Amino acid sequence: MSATEMPITTEATTILTSRVRASSLWRDAVRRLVRNRGALGGLAILAILALMAIAAPLIAPYDPNAIAPVSNLKGPSAAHLFGTDQFGRDILSRIIFGARLSFEVGFIAVGLAMVCGIVLGLVAGYFGHTVDAVITIVIDIMLAFPGILLALAIIAILGPSLYNLMIAVGISGIPAYTRLVRGTTLAAKQQAYVEAARVSGARDAAIMFRHILPNVLSPVIVLATLGIGSAILVGASLSFLGLGAKPPTPEWGAMLSAGRNYLSIAWWITLFPGLAIMVTVLSINMVGDGLRDALDPRLKR
Amino acid sequence: MGTYLRGRLLRAIPVVLGVSTLVFFMIHLLPGDPAEEIASRSPGMTQETVQKIRVQLGLDKPLSTQYLQFLSRELHGNLGRSIFTNQPVTKMIRDQVGSTLQLTFAGIFIAILIGVTLGIVAAVRHNTWLDTASMSVALLGVSMPSFWLGLLLILLFAVKLHWVPVIGGEGIRGLILPAFTLGFGASAIIARLVRSSMLDVLRQEYIMSAKAKGLATSTVILRHGLKNALIPVVTIIGLQFGTLLGGAVVIETVFARQGIGRMAIDAVLAKDFPVIQGTVLFAALVYVTVNLAVDLLYSVLDPRIRYN
Repeated sequence: MSATEMPITTEATTILTSRVRASSLWRDAVRRLVRNRGALGGLAILAILALMAIAAPLIAPYDPNAIAPVSNLKGPSAAHLFGTDQFGRDILSRIIFGARLSFEVGFIAVGLAMVCGIVLGLVAGYFGHTVDAVITIVIDIMLAFPGILLALAIIAILGPSLYNLMIAVGISGIPAYTRLVRGTTLAAKQQAYVEAARVSGARDAAIMFRHILPNVLSPVIVLATLGIGSAILVGASLSFLGLGAKPPTPEWGAMLSAGRNYLSIAWWITLFPGLAIMVTVLSINMVGDGLRDALDPRLKR
Repeated sequence: MGTYLRGRLLRAIPVVLGVSTLVFFMIHLLPGDPAEEIASRSPGMTQETVQKIRVQLGLDKPLSTQYLQFLSRELHGNLGRSIFTNQPVTKMIRDQVGSTLQLTFAGIFIAILIGVTLGIVAAVRHNTWLDTASMSVALLGVSMPSFWLGLLLILLFAVKLHWVPVIGGEGIRGLILPAFTLGFGASAIIARLVRSSMLDVLRQEYIMSAKAKGLATSTVILRHGLKNALIPVVTIIGLQFGTLLGGAVVIETVFARQGIGRMAIDAVLAKDFPVIQGTVLFAALVYVTVNLAVDLLYSVLDPRIRYN
């Protein structure tokens, strides 16, 4: 029984049909994902990093903020696997605790961007006309700020802090989700199930969130996954510039800022936090790429 | 093409107006009283200082007057004066922008050079080790923080090998490391895109017919394939210009270079709002212009969109 032959009776039938179509898509996607070794590898690394972040107080060999001037700027050794920084703090411990902050930045920023972006995109795509035009112009204005300048401007207003950094990075991410959801909503609006729902008297909000949203969700998930990596990078950059976490917070980007001052005499302060950032973002990107290939195999190369 | 150009320009105007408005409101979005917030940055704040700042920034006038004044000044190229150095912001930007643009364009050049080459190679040698290797490098490129790469490159080439000076350096020697660092991330993105775009194009029937005609493979790839494959790449390069302009902010700090990036960061830390506003506005205007140019170029390369 194809969608066009489906008797348009109740809203329940509409929901059932669109949901059933979607869930078998998910099963296929999961199967494709599991076969992608890169994505699995990334997932494994992420799991390890996540465990590390959660269990930080248990596995870190030292207190990340414990100053020990007598052992400052010591290279990697048995006692300090990644060496110590200019205050004698153990870098490995700081990296382990820093993982928490990076994940926080990633999830909160993307969460903010995703929620706002989805709502704006659905509203713009569904209602069209003036609402769409207004939202599109606002998004264009936000996109007119190159690179991290929008986040920079927001931090200029709110003041430098890790919390404001998350908000700033989050807000800078809204345009991407809005555009994506708006595009897919515009396409979904043409589908039969939307017409069916409307005819059977469903309210606009119900149509948007219960019918259209599940079907535009898969590219959003890909964007969000890759977005977490991107948010971590941007957050680290802003902290590196001194606009985010304040000392002595063991944020990876802020640690690299200190590394810059001691570059020639203590290369380990620079190498290891940056490596941590790269490994984290790399594994996220591998998972994200895998998700994208799994959810839309036509794009696979 | 005239209609397309007019349409794009028309869309750009409200965006520019919106950006100016947003930038204008930056001061007024500060939690608390703007003049007090700004004055709190310098030691020994008195009511006098606060009032002085208030008058200097015109915050004592009604909002609408301030807004119109801001817009009219902007149209005349007056972006106010720095609170701390009292220099006109426009002059500050003019002094520093050359260095930043130099870095940005060098970065784009390197990004295109490396990215397009890598992408073509990977597409043409599809599914060989060359393909996997270059895409792996590209994946690393988008995953690593640019400032980390920059620091490592300084460590290797300046500190250890002494090939380039650590800081400063004239001409190419001073530019190559920052430009490469800046361009590397973008080159990774470009490489991936060129590869998938080329693969798309190479699959097309007209490529097969060109080969069947007996044309040399290189002619087929370069003349028939590349031109069409590059169309989406042109748009991405425009977007990357923005990323690079923003990335220049970070790279300038890493390599201790002069530029509007460092100017902006110092201003943010000092809450020197006229400078922040002026720099952000300038950067946004440059970006909008570049994207407009890219869109026009895109319409020239791909006649299909001219008639949409």
